[in-house]
This record gives sequence, C-alpha cells and structure tokens, in this order.
Amino acid sequence: MYVVFRKELADHFASRRFAILFILVLLAAMFATYIAFQNIRSELTPTTEFVFLKLFTTSVKGWPFLLPPFLFFISLLIPIVGIALGFDAINSERASGNLSRLLAQPIYRDSVINGKFLAGLAVLSIMVVSVIAIVAGLGLRIIGVPPSSEEVLRLLVFVLISVIYGAFWMALATLFSILFKSAATSMLASIGLWVFLFFFMSVFPVIPGAIANAAVPIDQNSSMAMISKNAEVHGIISRISPSTLYGEAVAAILSVPALGSASFLALMVISTYASGRMLTPLPFDQSLLLVWPQVMGIIALAVICFAVSYIRFMREEIRAI
Amino acid sequence: MGQVVVETKDLTKTYDGFTAVDGLNLRIEEGEIFGFLGPNGAGKTTTMLMLMGLTEPSSGEAQVCGYNSTREPLKVKRIVSYLPERVGFYEDMTVKQNLRYTAELNSLSQGEAEKRISNLLATVGLSKVADEEVSKLSRGMKQRLGIVDIWIKEPKLAFLDEPTSGIDPEGIDDILNLMVRMAKKGITIIFCSHQLHQVQKICTRVGILAKGRLVAEGSVDRLGRQSIGGGRYRIEVEVAKLDSKLSDSIKRVKGVVEVQASGNSLLISCEKDLRGQIAKVIVDSGNLLIGMKIEEYSLERIYKKYFREI
Repeated sequence: MYVVFRKELADHFASRRFAILFILVLLAAMFATYIAFQNIRSELTPTTEFVFLKLFTTSVKGWPFLLPPFLFFISLLIPIVGIALGFDAINSERASGNLSRLLAQPIYRDSVINGKFLAGLAVLSIMVVSVIAIVAGLGLRIIGVPPSSEEVLRLLVFVLISVIYGAFWMALATLFSILFKSAATSMLASIGLWVFLFFFMSVFPVIPGAIANAAVPIDQNSSMAMISKNAEVHGIISRISPSTLYGEAVAAILSVPALGSASFLALMVISTYASGRMLTPLPFDQSLLLVWPQVMGIIALAVICFAVSYIRFMREEIRAI
Repeated sequence: MGQVVVETKDLTKTYDGFTAVDGLNLRIEEGEIFGFLGPNGAGKTTTMLMLMGLTEPSSGEAQVCGYNSTREPLKVKRIVSYLPERVGFYEDMTVKQNLRYTAELNSLSQGEAEKRISNLLATVGLSKVADEEVSKLSRGMKQRLGIVDIWIKEPKLAFLDEPTSGIDPEGIDDILNLMVRMAKKGITIIFCSHQLHQVQKICTRVGILAKGRLVAEGSVDRLGRQSIGGGRYRIEVEVAKLDSKLSDSIKRVKGVVEVQASGNSLLISCEKDLRGQIAKVIVDSGNLLIGMKIEEYSLERIYKKYFREI
C-alpha cells in the first residue's frame, strides 16, 4: 500500500490540479482575511476573549451569509478540493487501461483504494493546515496579539474538523468514481450533490425552510412555541446536509458570535444557556461537547461513503471487455 | 515433458445467466508458447483473468505452478505477468517512472530494478525514449513498453491479450520476436490473438475456444491433420518422369494409404511421416527426385473449419 500511496502523493504534487486548487484556496483565504483585517477593530471590545480567533471569524457589515467570510470560503472550498481529489480516482485508472495492469501486480486489491484515499487525505490535510497557518501567520504580524493556548487548541480542532469534512467529500467523489465509468459523470454527480447540500440545504436553506413551513406553519401572530418548533424542524432538515454540520461545528469551535436566528447555535444557546453566552464564550470542553454530534455526523457520513466505495471496489469483477 | 505451469479443472464462469467459460480443462507446460484462439466473446480473456485470480470462477479450479489462483492470488500474481488488451500507462509519467512503479509494486530492490529496466529497454529498443513521457510514445512503442512491463518481474508465466492488435506490420514482428525471446528465457507464454498467421508463426501449441468450450487443442500440425487431412499426413512428391510402376511401389510402402498421380507429381496420403521411406523407394527405382514436401496446414484453414462445424 505504501508504494501506491507514495506514487499517488507524488502524482498529486506534480499535477496542475493541485497547483490550481492550492492557489484558489490560498487566494480565497487571503481575500477573506483581508476583509477581516478591515473590520476586526470594530468588532473588538474590551471583553473580547478570543482576539486571535477573530482573525478567522470577523464579519463585514452587510455580509449576507451565516458564516463570516473566512469560514464561508473555507466551507465552500474544502468540498471542491475533496471532490477534485477523488472524482476520478478509480474510473480514470480504468479508462486509461491502467487498472487491470495495476491489479495484476502482486498487491492486495484494497491497497489501491486505500493508498489513493490516504494520499488524497494527506494532500487535503496539507492544504488545510497551510492555509490556516498562513492566515494565522499573517494575522500574528498584523494584529500583533499571540494566540492563547486555548485558541491554539481551538484552531487545531478546527483543522481536524475541516480535514474530516474534506475527507467526506473525497470519499463521496471516490464512490462516484467507482459507480460511474466516466470521470465527467462522477464529477458532475459530485458537484451536483454538493450544490444541493451546500447551497439549497445550508447557505440558502430554501428546502429546510419550505419543509419547516409546511410542517409547522407560522405567521406574525404565532406563539413563541410554534416559532421555535418551526426552527427546530428547519434545523433538523438542514442538518441532513454535512455542510450545515460543518458550519455549526466550526462556528461553535471558533466561537462565532451571533449567527442567524434559525441557526443551531442560537437555538442551543437560548435553550441551554439563556442569555449569558454572548458575553462569555463557552469553555473549550463545553464547545467540544456542543459540536460532538455534528463532528460524529460528518465522520459517520465519511466512513459510510468510504466503506461503500471499498466494498464496491473489492467486489467489482474485472471483466473481459 | 516439462513442469506443468497452468492447469484448469472444469473451469466455469457464468455472468448472470451467460456462460463465458464452460468446463475448461487445460494443461500448459513450462516453456510453451500457447496461442489462445477463438472469436470475440469466446471466453479467452475471462480464462486469463480467472487464472490470475482477478475474477472468481463460478465452479472448477485454476492452478498456476501449483498455486490455486482463487485462493492464493497474491502468490500467483508474484510469478505471473499480464499484458491486458489496450494496455495503458500513466501518460504524464516517463517510461522509466512507469516501469519503476511496476518494479516497486513487485518489491524489487532499487538497484535490481534499475538494472533490469535499462537492460530490457535496450532489448526492446526503447532506450532512447526512457526519459520521455509515455504520452509521446506511438502505439507500437507502448506495446513494447508493455512487454518490458511484464518482463521486469521475470515471471514464470506471461499472459498477453491481443499483444499485436493495432500495430503496424514491422511493430508486429518486433513484438513476436520479443515473445520468442521471452520464451527462450524460460517464460511460459499464453497469448490471445485473432492474427492466425502470427499465432502459427510462433506458437508451440494452440487452443481453440468457442462459446467457452475448448473445441480443439494441440500443435498446428496435429490440428491440421485432424481437421483437414482426416488424420493423415499428405506428402507431395515431384519426380523427373512418373510411371505407374513407381506409384505401385510407393503404394506398397507400409503406412501409405492412397496415392494420386497428376502430371509428374504424386500426392501421397499416409498414416505417418514417411518422407524418408518414400524418397528411398523413388531413388532405388532409378527415378530422379526433384521435390518433396509435406502438406502444411494453415491455421486459418483449421480455424475456419472448426467454426463451420459449430
């Protein structure tokens, strides 16, 4: 497996795809950080606890999305990176006539898929870590406030969750690369699913909204109970999407203040911690506890996708054409 | 009699109701070049895949050098190479990088790999393009690269699926020569081809597969005699002047079945190869022997004969 892993890794690093993705992710991150720098002062108050984390969480007036710019771009780009690393993992090998040659070598069949997946994961991790490290480094120079140990811890968890999230999309794309014979089809299928889950379920939650309104209709005269019931249904539906899970998890870990009303954090905080939360962020262990279900959800989805890919790949017969 | 390299027992493969290989019994010995013939979809590739353990047989057993292909595929794949039809390489890697990858997958040491790579590239005449990207290679060159790719692990057995399809005549000769050279190094070769003429040129034995069944198997000579000559050898003799006395004395040679005369030639059917005895009779009779040849059967005729019967 190590041989496959090393070769795939070398392939990734030498590929134009990697260079393009890296530049894309880097530019987006820099742009978001620039926006943050412009606005960070207005958000800082004497009671702000995580000044350093503000680098990643500062928003702009009129920013239309739930997540602040940096997190929004990250949550937009990680799936693209994951998909780009996985969508042609197996079907390109098949189309180029390499697969049967490869499988005729004295290696276990799962070394091929494991090696490829691990190489993708390594590339993904390198990208996420380097982007966050670059932003953190720039920020350190500009704002001049070093991160506290808790902030470092929170950043590490953020990196971990981001890698797991990317792994989910990579596993999904890999699965499509096994199910569909053509790389173009698996790419379209992955992107299509991503657009659906990211845009329609999380960013512009039209589908959860519609379902919630159909299940629990509300208007201006509705009682508080009805409104929160509606929000609850909304939350449950939108949490089908791993994008929502990821957004909620990183928002809690990086302690993003005041998300939109329907958001998970507001709900959780209102119900559990009443009003105290906005002034003092949750302690680290409490934040972890809060995002645990979300993180487990993403992990479970990633594992399911990979397991299905694995089984499909192992059971697939190499057939005469 | 060499060591048995390939043995199958009632090997059968069905794909959802369709029988690709049907009760195949095959035995191939060390050093043979075995030509696998048959129309498309006759089960040739499926048989190869089962022998390598890439596909599981529905029933029956496949063995390579004593290892069960289904249960011990890794052991089999260590001593077997496979050149698939329409073989592909990593186009954006160089010739050498591709070969190094194969060598690594076969756990060759680096020094050994480099040595074999440069030797083999020289053998197939690809030394000049060793550091070129594979995408720059012609079809024929890629196929020769394929030969290096299967040779590099120095296998006991090599499967080649349509190694000469889509290549120019000169390229085909190169490939065939290389296959013969591989065989001389002790590598048993099994290959599929539709180019009967080429198969006949290099094969020690052929097997004809139709609808998953082995309909004929043996050396080209033997198959020809069985299917076309009614099991007999046919010898054509040309003499200076033919007379009936000569035909009669040839008829008396033990084993001769029939003698037909036409002009100064005789067509003799016999049960064994009696060229020596017949020549002696002619020379003893005082006649002049001008030419003698034993009828050779073209594989194409044999092949067509078998498929007319089915």
